[in-house]
Formats: sequence, structure tokens, C-alpha cells
Amino acid sequence: MGRKEKKSTLEVHPQFSKNLITILMIAVLYGVVAYLVYSGNASRQLSNMLISISAYIVMAVSLNLVVGLLGELSLGHAGFVSVGLFSGCLVSIATVNVLPIAARLPLSMLVGGLVAAIFGLLIGLPALRLKGDYLAIVTLACGEIIKNIITNLDITGGALGLDTGAIYSNTKTLLPFAIILVFITTIVMMNLKNSKHGRAIMAIRDNRIAAESTGINVTYFKLTVFILSAFFAGAAGVLYGHSFANIKPSAFDYNMSIEILVIVVLGGMGSVRGSIIAAIVLQVLPEALREFSDYRMLVYSVLLIVIMLLNASPKFAELKGRWSLGNLIRHLRKNKGQEAADHE
Amino acid sequence: MSKIQPSPLVEYPSKAMIPERDLDAVPVLETHHLGIDFGGLTAVDDFSLTVGKTEIAGLIGPNGAGKTTVFNLLTNVYQPTRGSIMINGFSSAGKSTAQVNRLGIARTFQNIRLFSNMSVIDNVKVGMHNSTKESLLAALTHSFGYGKAERIATERAMELLAFLGLENMAGAVSGSLPYGAQRRLEIVRALATNPRILLLDEPAAGMNPSETQELMENIRNIRDTFGIAILLIEHDMSLVMGICEGICVLNYGKIIAKGTPDAIRANPTVIEAYLGKRGGKTNAEG
Repeated sequence: MGRKEKKSTLEVHPQFSKNLITILMIAVLYGVVAYLVYSGNASRQLSNMLISISAYIVMAVSLNLVVGLLGELSLGHAGFVSVGLFSGCLVSIATVNVLPIAARLPLSMLVGGLVAAIFGLLIGLPALRLKGDYLAIVTLACGEIIKNIITNLDITGGALGLDTGAIYSNTKTLLPFAIILVFITTIVMMNLKNSKHGRAIMAIRDNRIAAESTGINVTYFKLTVFILSAFFAGAAGVLYGHSFANIKPSAFDYNMSIEILVIVVLGGMGSVRGSIIAAIVLQVLPEALREFSDYRMLVYSVLLIVIMLLNASPKFAELKGRWSLGNLIRHLRKNKGQEAADHE
Repeated sequence: MSKIQPSPLVEYPSKAMIPERDLDAVPVLETHHLGIDFGGLTAVDDFSLTVGKTEIAGLIGPNGAGKTTVFNLLTNVYQPTRGSIMINGFSSAGKSTAQVNRLGIARTFQNIRLFSNMSVIDNVKVGMHNSTKESLLAALTHSFGYGKAERIATERAMELLAFLGLENMAGAVSGSLPYGAQRRLEIVRALATNPRILLLDEPAAGMNPSETQELMENIRNIRDTFGIAILLIEHDMSLVMGICEGICVLNYGKIIAKGTPDAIRANPTVIEAYLGKRGGKTNAEG
């Protein structure tokens, strides 16, 4: 019996420490930038990017739920982002004189997330009967439809865009909310992955027929994933919207969806930590390449190809595994244990 | 929906818990004149079979006879064109594959279908999906009873894995297991759904004689320990004749013979289906 229990704890352990590393990584990163921002040492360039990077992290992690965990390709993620953004920002504008930002921003994020989740349900119900390429194209079309509807609505300011001057906030104000949102999203996603529901979702990804035969309601889980993913995308949109003085719906087209998808693929399917790192790299890269001006997009594209090739190479994966943070910690721990043993 | 709750796992190894053979009560599986057409082609026709509690039954027949199609009909992967299926006394008509599983029927596949990117223990936990009490909220927050549910699930999964000698591979990625272990894992995953009847589709395919011998032991063990019925498709006659109590022979989608192993072995129609006609001379023992 004792042997069995030991096994079961061993089973939980690697996953737990993996998640812990991710949490620590986010905490350290945000700790540093928060220090820089609030001590006034952050460059204008950096502090301008922080909110958008945070929003992209949340968008990528939430899309990873659909692409990496469920294994379905969705090309309409920007649609959910914009639905959340516009509904949340409208709430925020309406309550700007009534509520302080500490209550207004979470409330509007919640509203934006919920509206996006409703859209996720509405689009998911018919679309999730499809698989693979067909689903990808339908979600692409849905994203474009959402964009066009918002462009033609009066309440969102039409093609000129929504004037969010009233609710615009600087990085210093938004950063705490961004940090909390990123933390909540990553923790929720990592928790889900390591639960009954997450296992069911991954089972559908690996083998739908076998999953059905083991009693898993495929439609229910596909919808749940779609709704959850849309919720976080919407909340990220609201955060994103507060960092601009004017938002045009045309910005949320398939280009943005693809951009988020690139982050997910680059970071690794199903890997939360990978999505976070990739989101940072792909947001910082275009800024860092600014000095190349004309060749900026060319260099960006070439770098993207190189990173993708590296990611697909088994040799690089082995190298990455050897120098990973988890491995390093294990190594240190082992050495420590050995030292302790030597002392005795 | 169903009033049937999946029976709690029998504490094993306690063979005293085996229910009395009682074939007169509601059969675990009962089909009446089951049939399916694909376009103009009749794949299975007039398939009537009854499997009693704790019975080990075999479904044999030449290649293309429609054996796997029968399994797909029984699990509602295909909707039958004609006839009815009763599982534990409940009709499976109009139910999804997942709902049929909850009536107490679980299966393995001819070509192994594991969740190959997931760990061995997670494969089993997926099988325990419907008996794991864990809400979506618990899953997202890892509280509200998450810890308890996971602990129970892990313990039971390890027990089930140990039953077929897979406990040392619990953490491995299931796709990386050797072939025989993958076959056993599929059986464990099916058992994890608490079935009352287990459908095995060619469990001995690709196994050598000693592995087949071990598999026969395992199948008998499963029946005795869990007190469930087993229906298996198999080409290996030593296995079928060795463990099946009843055998059903299928040819061109139709049942050509039913009976005990001895009766089937001596049945001229069966011999003809397998070996073809032999100009008047029939040699019963092959």
C-alpha cells in the first residue's frame, strides 16, 4: 500500500513543479517591469508595450486552449477579442464618472468576457459540428463577420472607431490589472490541463472515437473550450482597449487572429509557458527591429522562419530540454542532496 | 435518462464477490434482428445475440464478415437500420456513443486507439471520467473537492493498472509503450468506465503464443474479478476455443452458427465458411 501511495505522489509532482516554474517566471518578469515602471526607470518604449504584451499573452494562452488542448484550428480569435473589447469598453465609458477604475476595469473585463463567451457559444454551436480545415475556415469567416458588424454599428463609432479617450489609462494605472489578468488566465489554464475536464479535452484531441467510447460527451467539451477561450480573449480585449484613445474595429481582422496563432504555434501546442514566452518575443521583436526600418518586416519574417525551423528540429528540442529551467532546478536539488549526503 | 448507475468497482482480488451465474435474469446484452445497410450493401443482417452476465462469448468469422461492424452497432458508432439493442435491459436506440457507454458497455479497438500523447495513468483516468466527481469550477480552481477527487482517481487508476501489470509505466507517454502493453492499457481504460460488458476487438492480434496464453488468463481474471460479461472478436482459434463459453459465427453479415466451442468445431457450415467446400469429403477436425 505504501508503495502505491509513493507512486501516486510521484505522478503529481512533475506537473506541479512545472506549473510552479511558470508562475515563478511570470512573477519575476512582472516584478522587474513593475519596479522599472513605478520607479520611473522604464523607457517610454517599454512601458508603452507592456499592456499590449500582457493582452497578447492572455489572447495566446486562451487560443492555446482551443488549438493546443482541443486540437482544433480556430482562425477567428480576434473576433472574440473585439467583441469583448467593444462591449467592455462601452460599459467602462458608461460608468466612467460613477465607478473608480479599481471597480470599473474588472467589471468591464467581466462584461467583455461574458459577451465574448456568449458569442463563443453562438458561433461554437453550429461551427463545432465541423472538424479541421472546415472549422478553421468557418471561424475565419465568423471573425470577419464580427468585424464587419462592429464596423457598421453606430454605438461603436462605426469605421472611425470608438473614442475611448474618456477611459484611456496609462501603463502605471493598467499594469496591476494586467498582471492579475495574466496570473488568473495562466493559473486557470494550467489547472484545467491537470484535471478531469482537461483530460477529457485532450482525449478528444488524441482520438475522438475512443473518447466517445469511454463516455465523453464530445460536443459539451468542445463548446466548453470554445466558451472559456472566448471569455479570456474578451477580457484581454477590454484591457487592450483601455490602453488606446481610439479603437478601430478594422484592426481586429484575420491578420490579428493569425498573429495570435503564430504565437501559439511558436510557443508550442498546449504549452502555457511557451505561449507566454512567444507572446513576449513576438511583441518585442518588431519594436527591437525598428532601426532596420525598411527591412523590419523582412527581418521579422526571416526570424520567424528560423525560429519555426529550430522548434521543429529534434536536436534543438534536446538542447532545450537539457538547458531548461526545470532541469536546472532538478540538477541543483540533486547536487544539494549529494552534498548533504557527503557531509554525513 | 438511465436509472442504471455503474456498479462500484469490486474490491479485488476477492473472487468471493463473483455473482452467481444467472442467465435467466436480464441479459447484459440482447440484440434482436439487428441490421445495417451502407447504401445498397447489407453489412449485417438479422443479427440476434444474447450475452448473459459473466459469460465469455466469442464472435468469429472470416475476414469482412461484419464482426467489427457489429461492435460499432453495439456502441452506436453506427446507427442500426433495423432491429434493436438492449444493454442491461435498456434500449440503446437514439443514444450517443458516450451515452451507450454509460449504460455499461465498453470496448477496445482492432487498431489500437489510445490517447497517445497522454500519460498511461491519464488514459485510465479518462476512462474514469464519469465516475470522477469533479465540477468544472473545481477543475479551474483546483479547490472545491479537486484534491479528493484526484486522489481517489489516481488510487483507482493505479489499482486498475496494477491489475494488468502496468503500474510501473503509469507516468510514461502511452504512445511510447510496447505493443502488448498498449493492448493491455486499452483494456484497462475500458474497464475504468465500470462496464457490465466488455467488447474486445481482436485482443490477441500481433501476439505470440505465450502472450496469447497470458491474455487468456487476463480475460478470465477480468471476468472473475469484476463479474462482467465479455464479448470478443478473435481470429486466434486456440484463444476462442480455449476461453469462450458461447461462440457466434458470422459470414457475409449473417449468423451461420451459434453454440458451444465443441458444437462450432464440428459444424459443417462453419468449416465450409472458413475452408470452402471440399468435393463432398468433409474433414471435421481441422
